[in-house]
Amino acid sequence: MIRAALAILRKDLRLELRTGESAPAMVLFSLIVFVLFHFGLDRDTLEGDLASGVLWVTILLAAVLGVNRLFASEREGAAIDGVLMAPIDRTAFFLAKAAALFLYLVALELVALPAFAFLLLSPSLTGALPELLAIVLLADIGLAAVGALVAALAVETRTRELIVPLMLLPLLVPVVIAAAAATEPLFSGSQAPDDLGTWLGVLSLYDSVFVLVSIAVFDFLLED
Amino acid sequence: MGTGAQEPALAIEGLERHYGDRIALAGVTLSLPVGATLAVFGANGAGKTTLLRVLATLLRPHGGSVTALDASLPDDAWRLRGRVGYLAHEALLYRDLTPRENLLLHARLHGLPAARVDELIAQVGLARRAGDRVRDLSRGMVQRVAAARAVIHDPPLLLLDEPRAGLDPGAAARLEPLIGRESGRTRVLVTHDVDAGLAECDLALGLKLGRQVFCGRATADEVRELYR
Repeated sequence: MIRAALAILRKDLRLELRTGESAPAMVLFSLIVFVLFHFGLDRDTLEGDLASGVLWVTILLAAVLGVNRLFASEREGAAIDGVLMAPIDRTAFFLAKAAALFLYLVALELVALPAFAFLLLSPSLTGALPELLAIVLLADIGLAAVGALVAALAVETRTRELIVPLMLLPLLVPVVIAAAAATEPLFSGSQAPDDLGTWLGVLSLYDSVFVLVSIAVFDFLLED
Repeated sequence: MGTGAQEPALAIEGLERHYGDRIALAGVTLSLPVGATLAVFGANGAGKTTLLRVLATLLRPHGGSVTALDASLPDDAWRLRGRVGYLAHEALLYRDLTPRENLLLHARLHGLPAARVDELIAQVGLARRAGDRVRDLSRGMVQRVAAARAVIHDPPLLLLDEPRAGLDPGAAARLEPLIGRESGRTRVLVTHDVDAGLAECDLALGLKLGRQVFCGRATADEVRELYR
């Protein structure tokens, strides 16, 4: 299964490097949203819960773009049918798609977080990087697992561009709540928030549940 | 026309498949010996592609029984995957990958060595274009890559949907050892070319609006009646 997942992931990353249809669009989108917030809120800098909310809502909406494109290459030319006929555990498909989305999110955040800190954030992030890294990576795992699940659900539907955000965003509310709550003290200049461990635990629990649920149901989603 | 008296490669009894309320296939019954060729005829919308997709394990049958290579569908679909090749109406290829990259992906998924890819690329005559994106190839070249993908794992059962569409005579001849009768595989061939289809089949299946009109030996006139 791991061999098949790696083969599919390698194919997805090669396609992304060649076409640049997902990660660059997600990055550009996030930068545009930061600029819109800058003008919409009429504030030069943000901090605390407002900064945290702006960052996580932006990442969430950028993730929708990635989820919508996650199966685009599979649909064109019905390429997915060739893979589905291979003698592989279809969980490999989930693992590859979730891993691809995770890497797109990491690429997004490598640009979006410094840009956010530069364009909008008031306190310096330098001392809070390890905590922020832990929050971001745990949130990304949840986003990637649920994103791959929803993308597979929507792949054969005619209105997938509508279905993806309508299903994905409500499912990701717990991620936003936990990630925003965990990030808020870091964006207030507080270096060691008391309840960081609690929120990281919530994110870990969410990740575990959705990774396991996705593995359990993915095979059925790809069935006719 | 001649078939051996062996365990059938395909045994279908009363196959049904619906799309919502619309009947795509109903009452299809046939038995196809190992190594034989079944030609499927019918006008557009007759259910030919649906039949192939059921046999390819991409669609579940909604009624009747289907056994392919001793695997009962849909329950044993996992046992059939990897033993069936499908050359579909669409190429089932990634357009922004090259032929070599597409075939390497399928080789990895089937646990085959990369040498099998080089062998097939040479066989379909695409060595010079193996590094170009599929998107940039002509229709006939894409069909040659698709044929290579369909047989990369040397499947005993081959499902062919208009396999020579877009091929020039030279390319068609090149593919014969892979997908033609001389490949020795059991084949289900969908075609609108009545005379050519009848010439290379052991059994002819006629479909009209999803229902079986005939299955067995057929004359060209009987087949052409399906399209009127």
